[in-house]
Amino acid sequence: MSPLRSLLFWRSGSPTRLALARLRSQTRPVTTPTARFLGAHQSLSVIVGMSIVTAILPFIILLPPFNGFGTQTDFVDGFAQAGVWVLLAVGLNVVVGLAGLLDLGYAAFFAIGAYTYAYGASPFSHNHIPFWPMLLVGAAVAAIFGLLLGAPTLRLRGDYLAIVTLGFGEIVPVVFNNSDQYTNGTNGITALYQPSLPIYGNFGFGDPVPYYVTVAAIIAIAMILLYRLQDSRLGRAWMAVREDELAAASMGINTVTTKLLAFAIGASTSGLAGVYLSSKLSIVSPPQFSFTVSFTVLAMVVLGGMGNIWGVAAGAFVVYEIQSQGLKQLNQFVSGFPPLHLGPLNIDLTSIDFLNYQYLLYGLALVGMMLLRPEGLFPSRRRRAELHDIDDAAAGNQELVEP
Amino acid sequence: MDVGILTYQALNGLTIGAMYALIALGYTMVYGIIELINFAHGDVFMVGTFVTLWLLTTLGVQGAINNPALLVILLLVMFAFSMTIMGLVGVLIERFAYRPLRRAPRLAPLITAIGVSFILQNVIQATYGTAPLNTPQVIDPEAGVTFSMPTFNVGGFAVTSSNVFLPYVHVFIIVLAIALIVALQVFVQRTRLGRAMRSTAIDRDAAQLMGVDINTTIALTFFIGSALAGAAGVAWCMNYGNTKFDIGFQAGLKSFTAAVLGGIGNTTGAALGGFLIAFVEVFSSQLGYARWSEAIVFSILILVLVFKPTGLLGQQLAERA
Repeated sequence: MSPLRSLLFWRSGSPTRLALARLRSQTRPVTTPTARFLGAHQSLSVIVGMSIVTAILPFIILLPPFNGFGTQTDFVDGFAQAGVWVLLAVGLNVVVGLAGLLDLGYAAFFAIGAYTYAYGASPFSHNHIPFWPMLLVGAAVAAIFGLLLGAPTLRLRGDYLAIVTLGFGEIVPVVFNNSDQYTNGTNGITALYQPSLPIYGNFGFGDPVPYYVTVAAIIAIAMILLYRLQDSRLGRAWMAVREDELAAASMGINTVTTKLLAFAIGASTSGLAGVYLSSKLSIVSPPQFSFTVSFTVLAMVVLGGMGNIWGVAAGAFVVYEIQSQGLKQLNQFVSGFPPLHLGPLNIDLTSIDFLNYQYLLYGLALVGMMLLRPEGLFPSRRRRAELHDIDDAAAGNQELVEP
Repeated sequence: MDVGILTYQALNGLTIGAMYALIALGYTMVYGIIELINFAHGDVFMVGTFVTLWLLTTLGVQGAINNPALLVILLLVMFAFSMTIMGLVGVLIERFAYRPLRRAPRLAPLITAIGVSFILQNVIQATYGTAPLNTPQVIDPEAGVTFSMPTFNVGGFAVTSSNVFLPYVHVFIIVLAIALIVALQVFVQRTRLGRAMRSTAIDRDAAQLMGVDINTTIALTFFIGSALAGAAGVAWCMNYGNTKFDIGFQAGLKSFTAAVLGGIGNTTGAALGGFLIAFVEVFSSQLGYARWSEAIVFSILILVLVFKPTGLLGQQLAERA
């Protein structure tokens, strides 16, 4: 059934029958040998995939469309930065994609992770704890805040959760901004210590390569853990809660604990990203963690395909590169265009700063994706089946039979 | 103790509360009828301020109007214009962003709502820029009455009063908001369309079986809610004399807090919540916690949701799967 037709003719099917059909379609084994191998060895495929991607990306500068855009160092630095967003997106994917909870204050946990590192390793706090244990500490502190916020609020209905997290996301930067003697207020905490490795020594400022390799490793570990979780009893519980909370509860799933764990695990991934980002930039300040961060990560998750870890990671990477590089290049690209005069229309592309339209594009993308392709660009099979189940019922469950 | 300052701040709180109440009504009506948090609603209000700015600029209004007859006509035109335009914008948003997803999983319309919010903000930002813009204040903000409260001294407890200045524009906004709230109550409780709205809110399918046109009723709800936000936009311009592309986010969150505090789905509650939130904001500033007022308001939101999710006047809503 075409999307347009399905918008015009909604019909609801019996939820129980649909749920059964959905389950049947998912428990059938994947057919091609490669897909079966990758499905059975997800950790291995993450390691191999991330290694290949990490090794190839720095050489993308040698290819024609990219070779005019700057030096290799700029590129690797951009990739090291993109890693932060990939981490954020795979973390938010647990909350939004797997457990189906809308978290609009995700940047708060990012901020908490970043400030945790700032306390652990900066002249401001007179501490110098090494970066590597701080990664775990940052993740743990963020997870604790996730539990603290989630424990009372996850008993509420899903849409209340969205607004509570939105409020929390607003409060956290305000608190960091106003608590001058603890966080140095608007100026933020500066000169955070760089990570170091026993043989390699300190990570330098000018050289993005160690950061790039570090973030790739963190992403790979996070993705392996998240894949393991997704296939665990807990992961199945997340999806059951997402699809029908009442049914899940009646099957004996403790929905509050299940949602709480999704929330905490998402928060801890965000905390990891915060620790990494603050060590890379060597500064934390409240405006870095505004609502636009949460919104951007949500757009990445929705575009990439909610529920699909690889899809979300790719979505985040592509969106970040478009935002940080593509729009800038577009400005340069049109700078030579002559203004067009088409009757009453005066089109002067050079006067448009495409960077200003970044959030407009995200907004349009969110609405457009939800209306036309809610499963995202790289959908997970299960999510697609779920988001389309009403059309499928009308179409006689045709699409549930996977090609 | 100075009752003068207390009175002044209370009147200030009433004025700000009037605007929050008008916005909160839109949240609560939409939530009541389709159980959707319309994240774009705060931005509908923001667009309302810019529609007013556009109208005044087009009409060539520079500042305060002193001719009473002209002022009344201009006020009528401003409110009619902003409320109609914003009402239509609300209907369009419902038609294209929410209606197609009415039976989709809950997450989907919430995400489009966030998307619409950003679209509105960025369209205004692209058109008017990021700097705050001054709007002409058609009622002179300097005009008003000055009075002082009675003072007394009982057993060493002295109550003094400094002079209280009450601008006419505050009086106008408070009276207008109360009139609109009462009119809405009458509409919802007494008219045939209001009854259609209430029955749709209670049980959409049953209402449809009884012959209620669901789509029209929901569109009407969006029209009224957004028109009230448009009225709040005009009031904002008259009160503050400036606007900016991002005022909708904060105002929207505070108004949503107001709607939740009053009991979501309950129109009287939303109005009450609006005034309460404004009082919290005004008096926390008065006590020297202006920087924390947002954090205080959001903490209230979280505490209300945790301890009394039905709000002050709300009823228990049945969980719908």
